[in-house]
Amino acid sequence: MGLHAYLALAAVVFSIGLFGVMTRRNTVGILLGIELMLNAVNINLVAFSRFHGEVTGMVLTVFAISITVAEVALGLAIVILLFRTRRTVMADHVDWLKG
Amino acid sequence: MTLEVVTFWALAILLVGSALAVVLTKNLFHSVLWLALALTGTAGVFLMLDAEFLAGVQILLYAGGVVTVVVFAIVVTERLVGTRLSHTSRSLWTGGAVAAAFLGLMLDALWRAPLSPIKIPMESDPTRLIGMDLMTRFLLPFELLAVLLLVSLLAASYLARPEE
Repeated sequence: MGLHAYLALAAVVFSIGLFGVMTRRNTVGILLGIELMLNAVNINLVAFSRFHGEVTGMVLTVFAISITVAEVALGLAIVILLFRTRRTVMADHVDWLKG
Repeated sequence: MTLEVVTFWALAILLVGSALAVVLTKNLFHSVLWLALALTGTAGVFLMLDAEFLAGVQILLYAGGVVTVVVFAIVVTERLVGTRLSHTSRSLWTGGAVAAAFLGLMLDALWRAPLSPIKIPMESDPTRLIGMDLMTRFLLPFELLAVLLLVSLLAASYLARPEE
């Protein structure tokens, strides 16, 4: 399988994640969509790295995975805080910044 | 060659199917379980690309860590509210149109790009190369990553602290 195939697979997964981020009402559901998108990016990085015989992309993937884990932990802490103060986890109800 | 093609298509179907289930299923908990499957499928793709270390990291950190944390968050919030959280979707058509348009643009660009069809051999074992790079070229970002993890640990426990 050529590089095209891996990049196309990653593009499909990224689009599915994008769809999830745009359509989910629940903030946890939106986070799951973001996870899918980040995952697709990691596939891209590893595929380019492998096909060019150059390890930098894989090192960047290590960084991307670690940063994603930190992002999930913080995102869920914010969800729990949001839930405690507003009794909701729906993104539509979080619109206090609206002018 | 044939085995590689078959494995790739099996992984692609698994990955795309579970990704679709993540964004379409009605139950939030099932959504998370499908995400675990999708992340495991990605680990399989990494294995196909000779990145054994990353496949291991993917399963340990993502399928093990992230999914567990998300399940905890769901359990905590559902316990607090006492009922099931609704997990519906809205503006399906708009979202689908934007995602499809984006996918079309990406695939069109991919089709025209001159990409290498063959794998150039790595200098040595990728795991060894990753370790060498992390300790030499990427030492500063690696240390900064440790700081980032510490900061996010403190911030997460501060945000989710019990009420006084």
